[in-house]
Amino acid sequence: MNGWRLSRRSLLRAGTAGAAVAGAAGTLATLLSGRSGAVPLAPHSGTEGTPPQQAGHDSHGTTAMMTVGDVDTVAMGFDPSAFLTAFDYGHVSRLPDGRTLREYRIVAGDKEIEIAPGVFFPAWTYNGQVPGPTLRCTEGERVRVHFTNAGTHPHTIHFHGIHSAYMDGVAGIGRGAINPGEGFVYEFDAYPYGCHLYHCHAIPLKRHIHKGLYGAFIIDPDPERHGERARSRHPDYPESREWQEFVMVMNAFDTNFDGENEVYAVNTVAFHYMKHPVRVERDRPIRIYLINITEFDPLNSFHLHGNFFDYYDHGTMLEPTLRTVDTIVQCQGQRGILEMSFAGFEPGLYMFHAHQSEFVELGWMGVFEVVDS
Amino acid sequence: MSETTLSDGTLPRSTRAWTMRRIVLGVLPLGLLGAVMVAIFATGGGLGDRSAPPVEKLSIQRVHLPEPNVIVLEVVNDGPQPVTIAQVLVDDAYWSFQIAPDPTLDRLQAATITIPYPWVAGEAHVISLISTTGATFEAEVPVAVQSPALDRGTVLRFAAIGFYVGVVPVTLGLLWYPFLRGLGRQGLRFILALTAGLLLFLIVDMVGEAQEVAEAVPGALSGSLLVPLVALLSFLFLLAVSSRNPEAPQRGLGIAYRMALGIGLHNLGEGLAIGAAIALGEIALGIFLIVGFTLHNVTEGVGIAAPILRTRPALRHFAGLALLAGAPAILGVWIGGFVYSPLWATVFLAIGAGAIAQVVVEVARLLADGQRSRGALLDWTTLGGVTAGMALMYVTSLAVAA
Repeated sequence: MNGWRLSRRSLLRAGTAGAAVAGAAGTLATLLSGRSGAVPLAPHSGTEGTPPQQAGHDSHGTTAMMTVGDVDTVAMGFDPSAFLTAFDYGHVSRLPDGRTLREYRIVAGDKEIEIAPGVFFPAWTYNGQVPGPTLRCTEGERVRVHFTNAGTHPHTIHFHGIHSAYMDGVAGIGRGAINPGEGFVYEFDAYPYGCHLYHCHAIPLKRHIHKGLYGAFIIDPDPERHGERARSRHPDYPESREWQEFVMVMNAFDTNFDGENEVYAVNTVAFHYMKHPVRVERDRPIRIYLINITEFDPLNSFHLHGNFFDYYDHGTMLEPTLRTVDTIVQCQGQRGILEMSFAGFEPGLYMFHAHQSEFVELGWMGVFEVVDS
Repeated sequence: MSETTLSDGTLPRSTRAWTMRRIVLGVLPLGLLGAVMVAIFATGGGLGDRSAPPVEKLSIQRVHLPEPNVIVLEVVNDGPQPVTIAQVLVDDAYWSFQIAPDPTLDRLQAATITIPYPWVAGEAHVISLISTTGATFEAEVPVAVQSPALDRGTVLRFAAIGFYVGVVPVTLGLLWYPFLRGLGRQGLRFILALTAGLLLFLIVDMVGEAQEVAEAVPGALSGSLLVPLVALLSFLFLLAVSSRNPEAPQRGLGIAYRMALGIGLHNLGEGLAIGAAIALGEIALGIFLIVGFTLHNVTEGVGIAAPILRTRPALRHFAGLALLAGAPAILGVWIGGFVYSPLWATVFLAIGAGAIAQVVVEVARLLADGQRSRGALLDWTTLGGVTAGMALMYVTSLAVAA
């Protein structure tokens, strides 16, 4: 009765052992070819192989390499499509010295979020969403963040920016970790301008970040100090109006807590921008505030199809750090600004995704739907 | 409460009647047990209000590739909590899928998942299921080969394999019958001991394999517990059957038939292994596998011949014995190749092990009868025979180890 040992014996490649050849093209190629219509993915299996939930997006290329169904963004109280353009300018008032004071209220709490259709993740959130709200202000303004910890573990807010050690929001330094039920007010001047982030810096650090405590923190350059070029970056100036601005936070989730991510995304939901393309007007320029807060993998990346862009690392300068590239890499916590234009392009779907194919297949993939202005 | 007791300690028939009082006494503990269960559910049984996270378990019973671009999984929820399968990944890529009858599996409920995936022949694939809570369950396709289809040609080819592995070697072994009859008393004792040796080898082998297969049985069914229990029951059952019919002349034939049954179940297990290997694509090991099993099983024919050397059964009995011992291999290849189930494989193997154990007892009794008042059962002749039997099986098994 030694036959059973065969099944666990060295995995001898069957080679030519009468196997049928699975003749299918590469998955991405299949995906792209689907742009003109539905893709017959499994001609022998019948159409039931592709779930009906996806059929609604035939014009965007139904694909098999995809999650089945769609996330209930209403029930979750978080819509990645709306998040792209949701900027929190805070409560504005004047300080006695004439400067602007911006105040924000942030509450940390526990919440279950849906990161792929039907896959729920026990997240820790800022204001009930992952990523937390995108805080936006102008350089030189006073920023006051009223933080309350309504969660079950000690948390902090650590801002990437210039501030005192006491305001650093790190466990064990200054005010340190804020215990459940307690609160703290973080206060500092907004410097330097750029595309920054904030995140929890309680320990264990990996867990506190990967559970969802992070968000974008954008400081716009003050055109009065930096001149003409800064005007398009500042929402108060008419030069900024033509720009289509989006916040993209590259994140990932380890659903089974084995130190490897099961879901990769921008703005939390796997494949969201495949199922709900990011609609852009062709002749208006695009600016993306891109942040990498992926845990466990040292690097993440952004790659654009059919076009190139300029890249401003950290967004702290008005001159691009890289010109005319179609792929950039960010380490954990790195961020920057991408500027691109589809002016004069053929309307259609232009894909963007990490150029780590593994991340692509696990959810970090989306499309711009470029339409006539 | 004074009841008369008969001299043999039992109650008189009249008091053994089913009176109302007796029924109440019999049912009362059950009623109380029910009440306790209700109380446990009502109060939480001391666990209090702790809402423990669900322990999700899922057993992937079978992965097959019925045609190009299709992967089919059969899964069973073998945990205490319902499991909902939310997404499916193939080789770390989210993939579309269809699940029937329902994505939510209750305890011990099964489901079939169909994935339209362009698998690559000869290469390995990993399928991962993600539940609603984010738990993952993995299955591997070590070598992707299209699973055998249930058509006439395949059925016949599988039957041919089972025939070569089961019926042919047992028949060849039985052909030694005339030669063995010519042996003297010591020679016969040696052959019987050799039979006991090869049967002992089969028991050890089958129990080991049954335990191995049992690991794939859904955990809630306690596969590894089933092996000794089923083997023991099968042993006791055959012991009860054999003690009912102890007439001397036919006794040898009865033993031979029971031995053929046990060996048949063993060969069924071999057939399962071969069939499953074909389904998994590992039949690339090739013709040596079949040759190995054929060599290995010739000895079984000798074993079946041993208890009937003193009797002279009709020829039809030889055909019957060969079929009973050999033909289950055909059935095994079919089952293994088409509808393999770890649970039933475990049960079959355990029944076989128990059956063979009972035959060993009978062979030992035959040896003891022949030995009446002539010294110990275990002497150098019988020990030599047992050793030779085990050695023969061990050496021929190397041919299969490939």
